[in-house]
Amino acid sequence: MTNPVLHLRGISKSFGAVRALRNVDFSLLPGEVHALLGENGAGKSTLMHVAYGMIPPDAGGVEVSGLPMVFRSPREARRHGIGMVHQHFTTIEALTVEENIRLALGPGAGVPAARLLEGVNPATHVHDLGVAQRQRLEIAKALAIGGRVLLLDEPTAVLAPSEVESLLGTVRTFAREGGAVALITHKLPEALAAADRVTVLRHGTVMFTGPITGRSAEELAGYMLGTSGELARRAEAVQPERFAPRGPERPPVAGIGGIEVRAGDLIGVAAVEGNGQRELLRELAGLSRFGVSASGASVAFIPEDRTTEGIIPELTVTENVVLGLQQDPRWLRGLRLDWDAARARTAGLLSEFSIRATSPDALAATLSGGNQQKVVLARALERGPRLLVAENPTRGLDIRATREVLDRLRGAAEGGVAVVVYSTDLDEVLGLAHRVLVVHRGVVREAPVGADRHAVGAMMLGLSGWR
Amino acid sequence: MSGSRARPWLVALGALAAGFGVLALGLAIAGYDAGLALGALWRGAFGSWYAITSATLVRAVPLVVLGLGLALAFRAGALNIGAEGQFYAGAIAATWIGAQVGGWPGGLAIGTVWIGAAIAGALWIVVPVVLRLRFGVLEVISTLLLTFVAEALVSYAVTGPLQEQSRIYPQSDPIALAARLPMLPGSRLHLGLALALALAVLLWLLFTRTAWGFRLLAAGLSPRAAEVSGRIPVRRMLGVALLWSGALAGLGGGLEITGVTYALFQNLSPGYGFTAIAVALLARLHPLGVVAAGVLFGALEAGAQGMQREAGVPAVAVYVIEAVIILVVLLTDAVARQAGERQAAAVAAASEEPA
Repeated sequence: MTNPVLHLRGISKSFGAVRALRNVDFSLLPGEVHALLGENGAGKSTLMHVAYGMIPPDAGGVEVSGLPMVFRSPREARRHGIGMVHQHFTTIEALTVEENIRLALGPGAGVPAARLLEGVNPATHVHDLGVAQRQRLEIAKALAIGGRVLLLDEPTAVLAPSEVESLLGTVRTFAREGGAVALITHKLPEALAAADRVTVLRHGTVMFTGPITGRSAEELAGYMLGTSGELARRAEAVQPERFAPRGPERPPVAGIGGIEVRAGDLIGVAAVEGNGQRELLRELAGLSRFGVSASGASVAFIPEDRTTEGIIPELTVTENVVLGLQQDPRWLRGLRLDWDAARARTAGLLSEFSIRATSPDALAATLSGGNQQKVVLARALERGPRLLVAENPTRGLDIRATREVLDRLRGAAEGGVAVVVYSTDLDEVLGLAHRVLVVHRGVVREAPVGADRHAVGAMMLGLSGWR
Repeated sequence: MSGSRARPWLVALGALAAGFGVLALGLAIAGYDAGLALGALWRGAFGSWYAITSATLVRAVPLVVLGLGLALAFRAGALNIGAEGQFYAGAIAATWIGAQVGGWPGGLAIGTVWIGAAIAGALWIVVPVVLRLRFGVLEVISTLLLTFVAEALVSYAVTGPLQEQSRIYPQSDPIALAARLPMLPGSRLHLGLALALALAVLLWLLFTRTAWGFRLLAAGLSPRAAEVSGRIPVRRMLGVALLWSGALAGLGGGLEITGVTYALFQNLSPGYGFTAIAVALLARLHPLGVVAAGVLFGALEAGAQGMQREAGVPAVAVYVIEAVIILVVLLTDAVARQAGERQAAAVAAASEEPA
């Protein structure tokens, strides 16, 4: 067996309470395309950022061609032949193709003829290039210094299907000529089409690694979504009864296509990133001007991005509670806002939701993420909504805060609120919801009653349930 | 709601001290008697009852009114830096209306001129508002450029349609007596000061005690959170804030015509619209702070004249103080923001995994 050109050994990395990577091994052989599969948040990008010198690992090491390396910056990684293409373009639009490549090379170096850019005039300005050509330019930049290792972070996210094929062809050619490619993706067909080997990450742990020949999409999906292996260990997670409590006394609150959302429903939304679930949530929450009806009911929304959409960090906790509750008669007296009344109610919420803040006058920025989220949650419930829409409400929270948030959502549903929750964690969706909606390529379907991880996972990936 | 935001006073005082320090140093290096010059500056601004009322406070009135308008816009995150242009639009309107109201009862005449001036100021900012909301053109640029248009319009007015009857001087005829503001006896201080103070109190109540003021603040601090979590029509807030800001600047122009000059001419404003930006920033967008900062800058402009008379130091030297103040305030803001970002980044890194 040939020696790996890049070898990550026993990599662990935590961000605060979140363990992004746990003792992960990953190797790249010369001449291979190695797919790195996993859901959003599984740790794929983090692992590649470690390899590229962007993130120092807590434990473990990087070897290049058998020699241990400590990369303190991407520049050092590039010097050792490792190039990376990020999800977002890093070219400068106002400059030409050639100028961008010169920038990547640094001063003094000559520009090598890049076969990748055949048919592209080097004097073209980048803003005149199509998306696929810009992607090629990104790769050419990454390889400009004569790289042997190419790390591609979801390179196909921005491409049309035909462009994807052409990109994968380019990648294969590079590998055939002796290069090594790590292809990060959450799209199974791509991995199956282009890769020689595959490593599947889930919750920062390697679920599978090995040659891709003989692997089916269903099997890989199982590793990605945890329907095998780890699943057994997590089996004690309580399975809620998968039923929609019937009864004419529960009025419909909203409709999604033909799917009715009734008071007291606790509905989970499962989807692979980028399938339209966020747009769906925002429509439900009444934040867009497109069709989904919320039949005039009062709606509360918990946005995923806490610090840019949920709270205003520069304001106090009280002010953040009032944000969105400005019309509340408890403090709105004509034109006047009674801040004392708002402060008193906020003090009550702080203890009810056990939010740790020095006082209602503390700046929201001084609260931890979990406590900020509880402020958002408390405010949402304080609206007395008929429909509560939550977008990945446990993102970045530790276990305790996660449990508190989920308990509150359950409590709200028991209290007659229709709750719709999207989470990037399928376990969380299945552990919480009575009904599960799956979004795939912008189409919403309800998973059958009693559907398990495997069935829902297959629907998420478009493998079944889409007659 | 200000417990944790109490430091601005300290920053303002530090900025002021730094400004005087730099000016004194500069004067000493340039060979002036710094002590004499700063003494003259003081006497010109506060040395006598006449200096206080007729020099300092008369200059403070437009600075306060314009500063209030800018504080309103800045709170909403709208960067109106063309108050100078809106001031001139108000002044032109006040001159024209002021000439029509002869024989009206005083209160009615003055009220009409003020309202007309405010409307003219608001109209002058309509184009930037539409450009911003419809096409995303930054108001920083459009309002500034319209200032030059307004100045050109004044030049045209005082040599054309509004030129005085003899057609000799580039200025207008004086406005009707009915439209002139009453003065404090023995001084040149006019009723505009009372209006400026009343507006400051009104805006202070509006900003801190009303739902509208809160929406304005939220929209300015975080448009996305205001829209998603606060259900605040952020774009409308922005447009409304700009219009009111223009109206206040226009009113400032009207006050200058009805209270000080009674006639329109070129260079009516010694850059009030730009100095008012510093006033609003130094006040940290707080209406009562705007009064204090407006009086301070009015005193600097008044004192500058005294400094020129007594110590032979060019009046423009006080702009050193103004510039240092603005730099110190902006620098403190930037440092505080960076510290905040570092803190936020640390919190984010500790609680979130990059996807």
